[in-house]
Amino acid sequence: MRRKFLGLLGFGSGVFAGSVLYRRSNARRRDRVDVYFDDGSMVSFVEGSPEAENLLRVARNVLGTPAA
Amino acid sequence: MDAAQALADLTEISSQIESAVLFDEQGAVLGSTLADERAAKALAQGAAELLDGAAAFRSSEAAVTQLEASTNEGSVFVVRDGSRRIAATTGPSPTVGLVFYDLKSALRGTEETPKPKPKPRPRQKKEPVDEA
Repeated sequence: MRRKFLGLLGFGSGVFAGSVLYRRSNARRRDRVDVYFDDGSMVSFVEGSPEAENLLRVARNVLGTPAA
Repeated sequence: MDAAQALADLTEISSQIESAVLFDEQGAVLGSTLADERAAKALAQGAAELLDGAAAFRSSEAAVTQLEASTNEGSVFVVRDGSRRIAATTGPSPTVGLVFYDLKSALRGTEETPKPKPKPRPRQKKEPVDEA
C-alpha cells in the first residue's frame, strides 16, 4: 500500500516538474530594448510601450537583413 | 588594426554574432562582415536609427553608449565609442554581456593608433666658454 502511494507520489511530482519545464521553455519572451547611457544608467523599454514599439520596428527590419 | 581585421577577429571570437558592421557618426560603413554592401548599409542605418531613437527618450545630457534590442527572431546590438559605432545581429537569447564585451573590444581594436612622439634630439654638449 505504502509502495503504491510512494509510486503515485513520484509519478505526480514528475508530471508536475515536466509541465513546469515545458511551460518555461515554451513561454514567449517579451521583446524589449535595453538602453545604456554614459552616466551608468540603463532603461528597459518592454514590448507594448510606445517607446519600445518604434525601436523594435527598426530592430525587426534590421534582423530581416540577410546574413553573410 | 584595420576595420576588416577587427571584424574578422570578432566573428572568430564570438560564435553568437551573425553579422556586424562598423560605421561612423555620419553612417558611413567602415567595414562589415556582410557580403552585400547594401545590406551592410541597411544595418548601419538601422543601428544609427536605434541610437537616435533611444537618445530621444532621455531629456538629460547623458548620451547612449550601447543598446540591445531583443526580439524572438534575434537581437540587435549597437555600441558607440566617440565617433565610431559598431552594430551586430545575433540569434535569439544571446549572452548579452559577452556580446557587448566582444563588440567593445572590436571597437577599441579599430581605434587609430596615436602617432609616435618624435624622439628627443640628443643634447649637444656645451663647450666651455673661454672668457679670457
